[in-house]
Amino acid sequence: MSEVYHLTTPLSDEDIEKLKAGDIVYLSGTIYTARDAAHKRLVDLIAKGEPLPFELKGAVIYFVGPTPPKPGEPIGSAGPTTSYRMDSYSPTLIEHGLKGMIGKGKRNQAVKDACQKHKAVYFGATGGAGALLGKLIKEAKVIAYEELGPEAVRELKVEEFPVTVINDAYGNDLYEEGRKQYEVKD
Amino acid sequence: MREIAYEDIVKAVKNLVMHTATHLPEDALKKLKEAHEKEKSPVAKKVLEQLLENAEIARSEERPLCQDTGLAVYFIKVGQDVRITGGLLKDAVNEGTEQGYKEGYLRASTCECFSRRNLKEEVGYNLPAVIHIDIVEGDKIEIEYAAKGGGSENVSRARVLAPAQGAEGVKAFVKEVISEAGPNPCPPIIVGVGIGGTFEKAAISSKYALFREAGTPNPDPEIAAFEQELLEELNKLGIGAMGMGGTQTVLAVHVEKNPCHIASLPVSVNVQCHSSRHGHVTL
Repeated sequence: MSEVYHLTTPLSDEDIEKLKAGDIVYLSGTIYTARDAAHKRLVDLIAKGEPLPFELKGAVIYFVGPTPPKPGEPIGSAGPTTSYRMDSYSPTLIEHGLKGMIGKGKRNQAVKDACQKHKAVYFGATGGAGALLGKLIKEAKVIAYEELGPEAVRELKVEEFPVTVINDAYGNDLYEEGRKQYEVKD
Repeated sequence: MREIAYEDIVKAVKNLVMHTATHLPEDALKKLKEAHEKEKSPVAKKVLEQLLENAEIARSEERPLCQDTGLAVYFIKVGQDVRITGGLLKDAVNEGTEQGYKEGYLRASTCECFSRRNLKEEVGYNLPAVIHIDIVEGDKIEIEYAAKGGGSENVSRARVLAPAQGAEGVKAFVKEVISEAGPNPCPPIIVGVGIGGTFEKAAISSKYALFREAGTPNPDPEIAAFEQELLEELNKLGIGAMGMGGTQTVLAVHVEKNPCHIASLPVSVNVQCHSSRHGHVTL
């Protein structure tokens, strides 16, 4: 049976250890946005041994390219984008301290292995719920790569942001297990 | 000849684009509510609940339903007794699209294929739109529109089967595509299937199938039965809302069938996410 947790970032190894695929987590605190183009730059910085635009230890990255904010609002609609495009970059970030990723859709084995080896989790947020999720983002500011537009790295302050654990640090995968449970074989 | 002014087309398109981004159409909403009632998995039910809440927030606060506000796709039927004054139809549609995306605070998502450079400055904000034009009888212009997101487009596939594979081959292909897609296209989805014609005719038919009101069967009873059969088969996959496991994976299957060459059997599967943002206007 799935558990419900309320966690505040940055996440610790102890936070990660209690999470299992299928658990519901309400995240609060600071999270960072990045999509493909930003991921490539972050991984390049690590390769060169240069500092990143934010502290990676315990961090949570949200794969999102929001709509432009209306006047007076911190951000527009902001639901998750498909995560596989980040698969080639995520293991390096996890190795250097990333604890959580929020997106939607399947990850490859290398990402799942990295989650297990370095204690990290992949959370799924509800794709297509951009209006609902955007409202839970209380502050947003671009901290790097402004020229990338929707793909720039933003620092977000979130309150009780609802996500579900898809891949935990024990090798479990909700996409596989959930589907098996409801699949009807002829 | 009836005259329709360029500016009127621009205005109609702009309004259509802005309204569609924030108002989930009745057909899609009804299908989501039905799925929410029928779903057996508590996790998937919770997701469907969020989607219904999201639709309500988007409508009442005029926020885009999804941050992927799509590429703008149009099927336009122009009556042959219409004369457009003041400019070209395609220019009017593109101009209305740009205005709608800008003024609605929607995302500009068009980019150059290889450099991935956003084209909002050099071509236009979220331009060019994808426009299919047909000339029909009458003196009106009917514009059908959909904001097509990338996630569900990415899992869409086309294949030319051998004629001997027949209806069973088509079914197997559709099942393969949806099974492989899993959580990625944001289920529960609507599945458009174009069968027959040539390679591109099948693809365009599968896209146009998604413009139909969700769950309206094909008028041909044989095709309607095929749609129903596919729907039941696909819901056995167990993928569920957002792929977290469940009984409600597919909201509707729409099939369009065309005569084809004696040597081939083309099939195209175009997937639409649950945020089926479409609408139409007649001028």
